[in-house]
Amino acid sequence: MAALLPAGAPSRSGRETARRTRLLRALLPALSLAIVLGAIAWLNPRAISYFGFSLMLNLAIPIALATISQMFVIAGNELDLSIGTFVGFVGCVTATWLHDAPLLGAAVLLGSIAVYALLGALIHLRNLPSIVVTLGMSFVWQGLAILILPKPGGKAPDWLLAVTGFKPPFVPFPIVAALVIAAIVHFGLMRTSYGAVLRGSGGNPAAIARAGWSLLRTKMVLFGLAGLFGVLSGMTLIGITTSADANIGNGYTLLAIAGVILGGGEFMGGRVSPVGAVIGALTLALAASPLLTFMRIPPDWQVAANGAILIVVLAARVLISRREA
Amino acid sequence: MMAETRAAFVKLDGVEKHFGAVRALDGVDLEIRAGECVGLVGHNGAGKSTLMNILTGTLEPGSGTISINGAAEGRYSVSRALKLGIRCVFQELSLCPNLSVAENTRINHPSLRGPGWRRRAAALIAQKMDEIFPGHGIDASDIVGDLSIGRRQMVEVARAFTVTDDPLNLVVLDEPTSSLDAHTAGQLLDFVRRFVGAGKSCILISHLLGEVLGNADRIIVMRDGKVVAANDAAAFDRDSLVATMGGAAAARIPAGSNGRKGEIGPVRVKARPARQTNDMELVARSGEIIGLAGLAGNGQTDLLLAIFDAAGGKRSGMEVTAPVALVAGDRQSDGIFPQWSIAQNIGIRSIERMLSGMLISPRREAELAAHWQQKIKIRTPNMNNNILSLSGGNQQKALFARALGSDAKIILMDDPMRGVDIGTKLDVYDLIREEAQNGRTFLWYTTETEELENCNRVYVFHSGRIVANLSRDELTEEKVIQSSFGEVA
Repeated sequence: MAALLPAGAPSRSGRETARRTRLLRALLPALSLAIVLGAIAWLNPRAISYFGFSLMLNLAIPIALATISQMFVIAGNELDLSIGTFVGFVGCVTATWLHDAPLLGAAVLLGSIAVYALLGALIHLRNLPSIVVTLGMSFVWQGLAILILPKPGGKAPDWLLAVTGFKPPFVPFPIVAALVIAAIVHFGLMRTSYGAVLRGSGGNPAAIARAGWSLLRTKMVLFGLAGLFGVLSGMTLIGITTSADANIGNGYTLLAIAGVILGGGEFMGGRVSPVGAVIGALTLALAASPLLTFMRIPPDWQVAANGAILIVVLAARVLISRREA
Repeated sequence: MMAETRAAFVKLDGVEKHFGAVRALDGVDLEIRAGECVGLVGHNGAGKSTLMNILTGTLEPGSGTISINGAAEGRYSVSRALKLGIRCVFQELSLCPNLSVAENTRINHPSLRGPGWRRRAAALIAQKMDEIFPGHGIDASDIVGDLSIGRRQMVEVARAFTVTDDPLNLVVLDEPTSSLDAHTAGQLLDFVRRFVGAGKSCILISHLLGEVLGNADRIIVMRDGKVVAANDAAAFDRDSLVATMGGAAAARIPAGSNGRKGEIGPVRVKARPARQTNDMELVARSGEIIGLAGLAGNGQTDLLLAIFDAAGGKRSGMEVTAPVALVAGDRQSDGIFPQWSIAQNIGIRSIERMLSGMLISPRREAELAAHWQQKIKIRTPNMNNNILSLSGGNQQKALFARALGSDAKIILMDDPMRGVDIGTKLDVYDLIREEAQNGRTFLWYTTETEELENCNRVYVFHSGRIVANLSRDELTEEKVIQSSFGEVA
């Protein structure tokens, strides 16, 4: 069989290249985070401190959770355009019912996770485009949020304030939370045996069905997980802001999609990375407002500048992964 | 012990399946015994795939009965078939490209779960890969999407033979060697013989008749949804098989018939592989059919793609003097536009000629499609049907029509005959020779040594380099194989 070794040689080196490419792509999110951090450190060195990070990454946790939610949907080759208003809806429920009538509030939140799973079932069974279904749902969530809380207000439950107000020694809470979220989701989706089936359902659904797995179930599980992390996102957001507003999560839809893609995920083919998604969310959270404030960009222009930064960062990602390919 | 004395493992009686007005299966009786390898041959559309889908539970039969081990099966399904130890390696690969080899193994084994499942899955597939394809060089942690199509097929085949909880009694191999080179195909077929020798059964579906004749104990021939012949393999030869299949006569191309002399025109392509260390280079003239041979994945496709790129702009070491068109081998990922009609799939390479003003003229698109439907015999009632409504062989014909219908003078072919039936192949061979007579140049990478007989000259590749340049008269299978392993100076 000695003759085989040289025959296999060229494809082996090709595979090494592919492996290196994948490693580089995995490092890309970390690289973009480092660049944004570097820029902040250069503009304002005092921001790089326990207190500075606690402040700058204040809103990073709800964004990271919403990004993870979106990542589950994207892993199944779908897209969720309702995550932003869903986070707003959850926020309103948290600041009203969960505070005043905890049982009712918990039931509504659990019910909303079930609604997400049923949306997954609907999309699978009727073969509907998820973009249309979730765009429709985004108005439903928004409407419900306004019904619950017509004008800004409400109050976060005390136990939630205690959780989000936790100050661990040495490492700021948002960083600890990001590490925990990334580790748990990475284990669940990338390391467990059913996680492989879930990702496979995005890679080659026909093969998964042929091996005897239910695609209805994988889709419902993915959407159910998206609902669960959407609920966690809304709750932590209210824990941080202490009160709610029906429009509080509207920007999250775009941020969550951008976070997944920035984190190395792809819209099709079940290629996603939980660790990357969390890093992508942190990058966007930093680039969103602290960086712009330090650059002395007036608040009126911050939203536009935010969009511009998003385009630059995503374009850089596409450029780099294309050069590798 | 003679095969006749063994009990049937699988028995199908009067199985019918209709799709609308089409009778895909028209009353099929079939018997597979333990310890035999049954060859199943027939043209594309003869009903082989439908039959196998029924056997593996993917499709329900319209009527007829299925009995396994002598017991009639009432509610037959995919999971029931798996429980009974019936597996299938499908022709279109059914691996998840975003998962690793080990993870893809886990997909087929519900029992690979709990702590340590990754290690167990990796060990399971690695052991089977080593058993079937020694020296394969594939790691269980490789992501499937990074592997070449040949290696993906090796993984898929090995995965079908892995055993955990459910038994394994019968494996259906649907064109298992279509993307394998001669060496790995030989390893697989040897393994199949060992497998049936251990009392298991195997159904081998292949368009390579030599492969079926040489490895099956019994051969079943299908035509128009019926079994038209079933007999010991020794009772058939190549010609009788082809005649029973009802295809074109088994005319093998007589040597020299295509080696036209005198009318070879100017040089169209000069190309050196990037890794070439000596001064050998590929030269193709107008009117020539040039073969690219060697083990799969040794730089043939890379060179074709480099030539394709060079036609767009200058590249060092390349000279391409006419427009090129490429016929892709990996139909599903590189060839067809799955959302488009057959006519649109054919027309995409020739859009400039079909323009009227700024728009594509539907009339000219239809004309082009109709011309090629007739010329290359694409079997469809309507060229406006979706491309996926065609069988694999006819999809490939549409890809040939796309290239041949264009203004390209140089046609690059990347192992285009994978899993294509012999009738289609003979049609396309004739067309290629005819087009070469008209001055077109063909560069033809193929993993099937028989196809090289159509070529005027053959370059053999090894480790990304050209190692031999054989003219039509020097060409023998032995020489190609020798050079493929780099054993020739």
